[in-house]
Amino acid sequence: MLRSKIAGHALALVATIVLGGLLSATLVRLAPGFDADERQLDPHLNAESVQAFRAARQQDHNIWRFYFHYMNRAAHGDLGTSLALGQPVRTLLRDRATLTLRLLTVGLALAWVAALSLALTAAWLRISTYDALTTMVSGTFLCVPAAVLALLSVLWNVPGSLVIALIVFPHIYRYTRNLLAKSYSQPHIITARAKGLGEARILFWHVVPGVAPQLLAVAGVSVSMAVGAAIPVEALCGLAGVGQLAWQAALARDLPLLVNITILVTVVTLLANCGADVIGHMVRGQES
Amino acid sequence: MNLWRKLACALLAAILCASAAANWLAPAGYAKQYREATDAPPSRTHWLGTDEIGRDRFARVLYGTRISLLLAPAAALLSTLMAALIGGLAGYLGGIWARVAMAVTDLFLSLPWLFLLITARALMPLNVSPLFSVTVTFLLLGLLGWTTAARVLCATAGSLRSADFVRQARAAGVSGQRLFWIHVMPNLKPVLYAQFWISIPVFILSEANLGILGLGVAEPLPSWGSLLKELEGLVSGGDEPWKFVPLILLVLVVMSFQFLLSGQEQVTA
Amino acid sequence: MSSTMRRTCRRAIAVGLLCLGSLSGRAVAQGGGELRFCLRMEPKTFDPLRVEDEASAAIRYLTGGVLVRVNRQTQELEPELAQSWKVSKDGRTITFSLRSGISFSDGRPFSAQDVAYTMQQLMDPALHSATGDAFRSGTGNVETKVISPTQISITFPAPVAGLDRLFDQVAILSERSPGKEKAVLGPFMLADYKPGASVLLQRNPNYWKSDEQGRKLPYLAAIRLDIQANRDVEMLRFKRGELDVINSLDSEYFDKLEMTSPQLVHDAGPSLDSEQLWFNEVAKAPIPAYKKNWFRSANFRRAISEAINREDLSRVVYHGHAQPAVGPFSPTNQFWFNNKLKPQTYSPDAALKALKNDGFRLENGALKDKDGNEVVFSIITNAGSNTRERMAVLIQEDLQKIGIHVNVVTLDFPSLIERMTQTFDYEAIILGLTNVDLDPNGEMNVWLSSSENHQWNPQQKVPETAWEAEIDRLMRAQASSTDLKQRKEAFDRVQEIVIEEEPFIFLINKNALSAVSTTVHGAAPVILSPQTFWNAERLTVSAK
Repeated sequence: MLRSKIAGHALALVATIVLGGLLSATLVRLAPGFDADERQLDPHLNAESVQAFRAARQQDHNIWRFYFHYMNRAAHGDLGTSLALGQPVRTLLRDRATLTLRLLTVGLALAWVAALSLALTAAWLRISTYDALTTMVSGTFLCVPAAVLALLSVLWNVPGSLVIALIVFPHIYRYTRNLLAKSYSQPHIITARAKGLGEARILFWHVVPGVAPQLLAVAGVSVSMAVGAAIPVEALCGLAGVGQLAWQAALARDLPLLVNITILVTVVTLLANCGADVIGHMVRGQES
Repeated sequence: MNLWRKLACALLAAILCASAAANWLAPAGYAKQYREATDAPPSRTHWLGTDEIGRDRFARVLYGTRISLLLAPAAALLSTLMAALIGGLAGYLGGIWARVAMAVTDLFLSLPWLFLLITARALMPLNVSPLFSVTVTFLLLGLLGWTTAARVLCATAGSLRSADFVRQARAAGVSGQRLFWIHVMPNLKPVLYAQFWISIPVFILSEANLGILGLGVAEPLPSWGSLLKELEGLVSGGDEPWKFVPLILLVLVVMSFQFLLSGQEQVTA
Repeated sequence: MSSTMRRTCRRAIAVGLLCLGSLSGRAVAQGGGELRFCLRMEPKTFDPLRVEDEASAAIRYLTGGVLVRVNRQTQELEPELAQSWKVSKDGRTITFSLRSGISFSDGRPFSAQDVAYTMQQLMDPALHSATGDAFRSGTGNVETKVISPTQISITFPAPVAGLDRLFDQVAILSERSPGKEKAVLGPFMLADYKPGASVLLQRNPNYWKSDEQGRKLPYLAAIRLDIQANRDVEMLRFKRGELDVINSLDSEYFDKLEMTSPQLVHDAGPSLDSEQLWFNEVAKAPIPAYKKNWFRSANFRRAISEAINREDLSRVVYHGHAQPAVGPFSPTNQFWFNNKLKPQTYSPDAALKALKNDGFRLENGALKDKDGNEVVFSIITNAGSNTRERMAVLIQEDLQKIGIHVNVVTLDFPSLIERMTQTFDYEAIILGLTNVDLDPNGEMNVWLSSSENHQWNPQQKVPETAWEAEIDRLMRAQASSTDLKQRKEAFDRVQEIVIEEEPFIFLINKNALSAVSTTVHGAAPVILSPQTFWNAERLTVSAK
């Protein structure tokens, strides 16, 4: 049962990745500005040069042909060359992936520690003032623009991973807090409390396991949230990661780079969510 | 109704009334440029000072409230309903439905929607009213913002499929449709409320960021998002605490929504 | 002590003092510090022949050795690798006499052969570079003749106006070095490049120049260029002392910095750059015919120009650090600016009167044309430029006073370029022109009606108006002439026509603003790019 589930997930993963790349290429190709090259505006360039730049962009016009060639090359390890930076995409991603990975890992870890600490203590204590305070703290960070948080991090010499944590933690906190609060209203929890079971035991042995599949789902989507937060944080803090590269690629309509980055993000998202699904399934299986 | 919820109601009502009365409270309007008094501090004429081209900030906060406080919750409601339908239904049905729905959700999470938004702007005529432009923006945000909650709702609904009360209801002959809407959906409320609550400030801030694509509020119409962008300049050098008023207002509104929504979710001592 | 001994002692003391002096000079030269500033974008290339963006141009300026250099302060052309040069009467041939005994940074000797090689690479039609295209005045090949190791003549197929000044942008490559981008003749050489993060340049040990005291240049040991697009972060880092220079400072940051540290900021006066508004005059543009009629009317354009308060644009948007523009060239371009031109007066009443002469009328506060169409149009500009967005909003209010309703739309740059150059789906645009040349020949492709960059109506097969035909004739005449006086007369007339017909409604010339830390010595910010580090070889940075 578990093996078939994993196999099914693997197949869905591959199909989704391939589809994600194609859809991403289609979105970029159909969006206005695809053929635009800033160099065209240089008055020193003559007509032949401007035509040459336009012609270079034309070769990616047919999206099916582009994607077919891309998949063919990718199968041999060649991810293409960035139009904007003129460097192999593989080298660009390899050089920047470590920084982004570190940023995301530390950022997510901090976000979860903060969110879980606040949510668990709020659930445990069940004091309305404390609840209001934690809501205010998380609500404030939700309302501060990511750009301002990133700038403050530069001002106070704070690592970018903390900014990512501050952007993501309010989302995790709110879901977790609501799920825990709901779980407390379950009949078996009410019974346990009536029978005098300790609060800590109730929380960690009965409440948390009850919402574990949902918390795992939140964990899966928190990876996507962190990836999304990485783009403005890296761009503003001047961190040479994949997020900064994604922003540059979007502005330049750099099709090879964008397709590769989308595929990378799809892989990460799918792995995170599939992992959460599989573990959630195991937990549900154990419970039943 | 507990004290917090009463305060929340009162605050939201006060803010909504103030924005409705903007014509009287700020008769000069949000667009008039006092070019001799640009970036001015608060004064008797301009209670929150003026912006970089001399427009009264208090007026812009009031008029901006109308846009943000009406459209952001509407977009949040749209995204919440879509998440409930897609995620909740997928989790309830399970099997291949859940797998396909979650694969689509994961795709949605990964794709660069920036280009869809750029295309949307290109399809709109250049001469549209600012209100139309901002409505389209929030509509797009609502249509794209359901993915996070859908995943969590799918997991929640999936857990409920094997819950005792659901089995009992099924055994008692309750139809699938009734089971979903009457018994399963109410149990998804914690996630739905969280999604709604988070979406409001996220959409307000996103609307301002979408200005870079030509979407969002068009000049001279203000929104909280565009007012919050002023904070970026404060970081690099600025001692102007009055520019934090939109942020404080947004935090208060967001908290008020939370207290209104919390209801039976709050576990009090 | 005998007189001989005294003479010997004096000589020894003198030599000792000289040695000490040169040692300390070398110490200054070698301990000149590290200059740090930001590039606003990733450099797209390190090949000096392919430079098209600001970041790559900065690196080329610091590493490239050129035959002649426009002194950014005096705007005069000065000898560099070439000791002297002569342009033939027909403007087609330039002969350089080169300095001898110069080496590239990798030790290979520099000679006329390297100049010939560079020109052959530059003029390769497949290169498609702005630097190369600036030399292309006609069809045919460029011929290089190496007369001796220190003499070379270069002949072009047609006269090139301002030929000698164009060589300011041509960094000489080494013919024999395997790593072309690494063998340089400039004061600095590329030491390290971290994509997305920084570029490190180090002193070129083989740089040929010395100062007046005989000390080797450059004084600086290194220059670090951090890649940082965000101006707020750049400002923060400058205030914290992590950066020494901000090369192009925005006016609002200038004022913020001036309040706390006035000694750090510099306003060099109006730059060569201009900001302008223009209407879409393309016949096949997908906009309503009645709007095309408005935009193609010089009277309409002049009225709009008169209704715009340029003083307010300078004062409000640029905080006084800009001047209302008078025409296509800034008054700072002393030789080429037509000083007979009068600044546009702001007069909404006169504008309305002019429009009424064209059949427009005000009805309930809204301006309508003679067919009853309400005058409503959009102005697009690139998102991310605060100054352009604010100018658009001010113009929106100015035109509202004469009953015109303007919609301001900001778009991402690629979308804007596509509308402007391919689909022509726009009504009015605000953009700027960044001038790096003083010579109007650099704007040939803006003024020729057949050109791609003739923004308001590009690629005309034949000029659609008499005045555009006249501009074509005048620009071609000045391009093929070597007589400066004749060229000046022709371009003066072009400026007059442009002011009469207003295809571009010139708005402002912004000032050249910069910030320089007190730890930097020798800086003298100017208006020509690069404003603050134009004399990088003579700058020093002391420890904090």
